[in-house]
Amino acid sequence: MSNNNGTLLEVKNLRTYFETEDGTVKAVDGVSFALQRGETLGIVGESGSGKSVTNLSIIRLVPNPPGRIAGGEIVFAGQDLLQLTEEEVRQIRGRRISMIFQDPMTSLNPFMKISRQLMEMTRLHLGHNKAQAYEHAVKMLEMVGIPDARARVEDYPHEFSGGMRQRVMIAMALSCEPELLIADEPTTALDVTIQAQILELIKKLKQRTGTSVILITHDLGVVAGMTDHVVVMYAGKVFERAPTRELFALPGNPYTRGLLRSVPDPTAEQGKLYQIPGLPPDVAHLKPGCPFAPRCDRVAEICRQEFPPFVQLNAEHYSLCHFAAEVYRESQKESSTSL
Amino acid sequence: MLRFIIRRLLITIPTIFVVITLTWGLIRLAPGNFYTAERSIPKAIRENIKEKYGLNKPWYVQYGKAMWPIVRHLDFGNSLKYQGQPVSNIIARSLPVSATIGLLAYLLALILGITFGSIAALKQNSAWDYASMAVAMLGISIPNFVVGPLLVMVFSLSLYWLPPARWGGFWSKSLILPVLTLSGLYMAYIARLTRAGMLEVLRSDYIRTARSKGLRERDVVIRHALRAGLMPVVSFTGPALAFLLTGTVVVERIFALPGLGNYFIQASLNRDEPLIIGIVAFIAITLLLMNLLVDIAYAYLDPRIRY
Ligand SMILES: Nc1ncnc2c1ncn2[C@@H]1O[C@H](COP(=O)(O)OP(=O)(O)O)[C@@H](O)[C@H]1O
Ligand SMILES: [Mg+2]
Repeated sequence: MSNNNGTLLEVKNLRTYFETEDGTVKAVDGVSFALQRGETLGIVGESGSGKSVTNLSIIRLVPNPPGRIAGGEIVFAGQDLLQLTEEEVRQIRGRRISMIFQDPMTSLNPFMKISRQLMEMTRLHLGHNKAQAYEHAVKMLEMVGIPDARARVEDYPHEFSGGMRQRVMIAMALSCEPELLIADEPTTALDVTIQAQILELIKKLKQRTGTSVILITHDLGVVAGMTDHVVVMYAGKVFERAPTRELFALPGNPYTRGLLRSVPDPTAEQGKLYQIPGLPPDVAHLKPGCPFAPRCDRVAEICRQEFPPFVQLNAEHYSLCHFAAEVYRESQKESSTSL
Repeated sequence: MLRFIIRRLLITIPTIFVVITLTWGLIRLAPGNFYTAERSIPKAIRENIKEKYGLNKPWYVQYGKAMWPIVRHLDFGNSLKYQGQPVSNIIARSLPVSATIGLLAYLLALILGITFGSIAALKQNSAWDYASMAVAMLGISIPNFVVGPLLVMVFSLSLYWLPPARWGGFWSKSLILPVLTLSGLYMAYIARLTRAGMLEVLRSDYIRTARSKGLRERDVVIRHALRAGLMPVVSFTGPALAFLLTGTVVVERIFALPGLGNYFIQASLNRDEPLIIGIVAFIAITLLLMNLLVDIAYAYLDPRIRY
């Protein structure tokens, strides 16, 4: 029931830098993507590729110093968040855009009862009084499937398991019915079975509330059944952008192909998992040329000399690669033979 | 929780006896005696004294004699120097002096230390931060016996605002200089603890969560960060208060205050065994109780801690 009544979020040429002793870390450098209302967007990339910083930039929570948003636009429901005052952004945080973080163990305040942490949201943004906020907190916990919610609301975070804690985080994040939910590796810290439950929950709640979702993960496998579009990031840049189905079927970038190969195949025999060779680059000292070149299996001379172009492969499919078209064609060939 | 407290209190008792025994032993080991003064006394008189105080008996008899009244009635005996005065009276008389100055000094140190430490943490690497931490560094490096006389020189001997020394009662101007002198070091220490604690907490995930909820920075700090940020200060407060309440030797000396610390020095110089043991035992008990209070406070402040 995705009602595509327009663009909710458009990130344009976002650049977020950190000033460190080691030089300027260009954690996010020229990232652009858009999210339609009611859609789910996946942001995928190896660790350190700039996914979290991108999303912290969206709600302007990049720690400053050392970080700063050096340029770009973040147009949310028609207004550029980067132009707003701190006070105006605060009214968007939690109310219209909310976040769930990777580690539910540390993301809730260990000193505060769950009830207070949830009530805080609705009292602030929805003007609830104590009783209303309390009832709302219980209702939210029931909605995310916490058994015996009315009793559990009086517990402290450490009295919940990891999965339950992430449910509490989700309840809190959704308590003001935000237009956008950003989930930053919401399942990375959890057991595999719990992971699936949490993803299922996010999917269900998304359908129920119509909230748009940005799902960040380093695991392409998570994105497959969850998202409409995928943005693949590497070294602070968007390497590929496409509708999810298209990206999985016809990847147009060697990096994406590497990521796809490293997704564990549940049907395959337990074997060695593929890993892209080498390590992500140091984004403080990028050489000219393609940042992925040293690890790329089809690297050519030009890759070391020139920064690659962002090639449009079809209406909604872009890839940052000198050989995007060739890679895309190979993918097409492979998919037709495998069919 | 109650069981924890009772257990801890029970452990306190043997601990105190170990402390007393060690003190008793150290007094014996050190050369000299309470009756050795500059002027030598005739042999006959010395023998008399030895006889009277049982000093010619074997050590275990002496030890038993010293310990028995303490074990039986918590009776620390009479001072040898202040003839006829029970040790408990001397402590009861001097404790309020030390405790008043110590408590005021610590309160001042807490208020200013937490304020400056928090400001420094919230405005990390700003002029505020550097200024607070520079002052704190000074506070830690300049010893009491320099700060005290310096304050006296300025406020008493030059400006004539405040009395330079002596005890003027529980609510008098004479408290100001000793309290200031005493609080400096603690203020500096608390400021640094607060800054470090707050910086650590402000970087934590749940503070990021609190910010992502759209809370005002003020609420983020007061509601979410302060409690965890001040835990190091809570731990520090136990031993610090124990020492401050039971008298600080240097400051009481500088300002000639009739507090426990001053009596302790006198007692040590005089080899006044019962008084030394009494004061040491009292300090040890206070320290143990304060640490117990800290642990109770921890359990109260941090829901994850259960005893
Ligand atoms: N507070 C910070 N100070 C300096 N560098 C940072 C900071 N936060 C993130 N970075 C850098 O930004 C880059 C991207 O980080 P991040 O967005 O967290 O990656 P991920 O894709 O794993 O979420 C990394 O190279 C990281 O070292
Ligand atoms: Mg991350």
